[in-house]
Amino acid sequence: MTSTLTISALTKRFGEVAALTGVSLSVAPGERVALLGHNGAGKSTLMKIILGLIPATSGEVTICDATPGSQAARRSVAYLPENAAFHPALTGLEQIRHYLALRGEDQSQAMPLLEKVGLAQAARRRIGTYSKGMRQRVGLAQALIGHPRLLVLDEPTSGLDPVSRREFYALLDDLAAHGASILLSSHALTEVEARTDRIVILSKGRLVAEGSLPDLRRCADLPVALHVTARNGYASDIARALPGAILVNGALHLTCPQSHKLQALSLIAGLGDKVADLEVLPPSLEDLYAHFSQQAAQ
Amino acid sequence: MIRILSTARTEFRIALRNRWVAIAMVLMAVFSLVLSMAGSSPTGGLGVDRLSVTVASLTSLSVYLIPLLALLMSFDAIAGETERGTMSLLLAYPIARWEILVGKLLAHLTILSLAVVLGHGLAAGVALSKDETSLAGLPAMLRLSWSSVLLGATFLGAGYALSSLSRRPSGAAGLAIGLWLGLVVLYDLVLLSVIVADNGGWFTTQAFPVALLANPADAFRLFNLTASGATAAAAGVGGAADAIPLWQSLASVLLWPLAALALAAAAFRKVTP
Repeated sequence: MTSTLTISALTKRFGEVAALTGVSLSVAPGERVALLGHNGAGKSTLMKIILGLIPATSGEVTICDATPGSQAARRSVAYLPENAAFHPALTGLEQIRHYLALRGEDQSQAMPLLEKVGLAQAARRRIGTYSKGMRQRVGLAQALIGHPRLLVLDEPTSGLDPVSRREFYALLDDLAAHGASILLSSHALTEVEARTDRIVILSKGRLVAEGSLPDLRRCADLPVALHVTARNGYASDIARALPGAILVNGALHLTCPQSHKLQALSLIAGLGDKVADLEVLPPSLEDLYAHFSQQAAQ
Repeated sequence: MIRILSTARTEFRIALRNRWVAIAMVLMAVFSLVLSMAGSSPTGGLGVDRLSVTVASLTSLSVYLIPLLALLMSFDAIAGETERGTMSLLLAYPIARWEILVGKLLAHLTILSLAVVLGHGLAAGVALSKDETSLAGLPAMLRLSWSSVLLGATFLGAGYALSSLSRRPSGAAGLAIGLWLGLVVLYDLVLLSVIVADNGGWFTTQAFPVALLANPADAFRLFNLTASGATAAAAGVGGAADAIPLWQSLASVLLWPLAALALAAAAFRKVTP
């Protein structure tokens, strides 16, 4: 299958400062890709180049066989900028009707779109009276207009409460199931962990890691944490059997490299009835992110 | 076309809610009425109809008011969207930059035209009701109306250009007020003082007419005063109207809107959100 978005050896310089250096990436139809990085890592710059808002210094970007910024590319890409504040004097309905007209779509779709993002009740109120989360929903509603082949979403869930976030990701799943590609940036690593197919980590303008969460875990080879809860009175027995374990709040905490995980598990299983419970905690995305960012910095 | 019309409709709605439509119409109506009422006293000796005198007064008023209204409506057009973060979104849509500009221009020009038609209509009504010979001044009034709209277009274009050049609406507002002061107020003062110092030399005979034509506000005043033969009722820089042929001021009035809008398009093209 051909990619919706292909980026090869993309470099962007602002004067002497290199914002992006040799970034290559492709996103397939129906794929959800999360872009992670510190502030200033180049996420927004990358998005602006994809949208054709700023030119690249070198390298190549194609969106559905078109160049960024071309009429064909703009027709197939939807964008949600970070912290977009729409004109306070317009109502949500008027704003969405305008965006529908700009895409050449039927303006009567405005209300169903607002219903989809849960804004039907406030549709006829001015955006000036909206909360930040509601404004973000207006932004989401406009990104759903037409049938975009690629959605570029800059911090789409900032300002949304946990329930709204879940609804938002359900919308994305639906779009992806219909073949839309999604590229989103986020600081909320836990939600990205569960809701995307692939993770790309940018650090200082370079792509430092790319893959699914299990891929990244394998690649980083960070230690696994094991939490063992002992039956009453057996804590010291278990501590003796597991060298290196430390007692925290009545549970024994132990870490071991990925390669020794099964060995450690069989050792714990051998303790039989002395163990009340066992939890295996793989490295979180936070740990992986910190690992790859630090590795790149060195 | 749909994109331009939708942009214009949205901008008109915003201007309506921000009271710009009301402010422009009330200002034009009030000033026009005051001038047409007060314009009665000097008519007797001049031997011109009442409406022609009103036109001369309205010309002097429009030189100040129309550029101010146009700049106030346009300074936020680009910088405001950039600050709200909606400019990057708009530019990601399949709409060309010139379409955005034309859409906004259409809305703002409609508002200015409504204000001009209302103000001038009221003034003409007052003049006609009090003096039947005022019909003679009607062509001058119509000329003043369409040239006012063109003057508005010039300063709208200038406002968009300034709005594109500044990163923030507050900066754009400062530049707009500076431009208004410079072109409408200070420009004439500087010219007058140089003429006084020059004492009938090269500047007065050669450079001065060009300087007047180069300023859209002065060209507008010259055009209307020359065309209506109302120089007798004009004072200050307007008194120079006799010296400059009508076609030259007409050319300036017609070319400035195009030049200002070209400037706006060039400045907007350089905007990177």
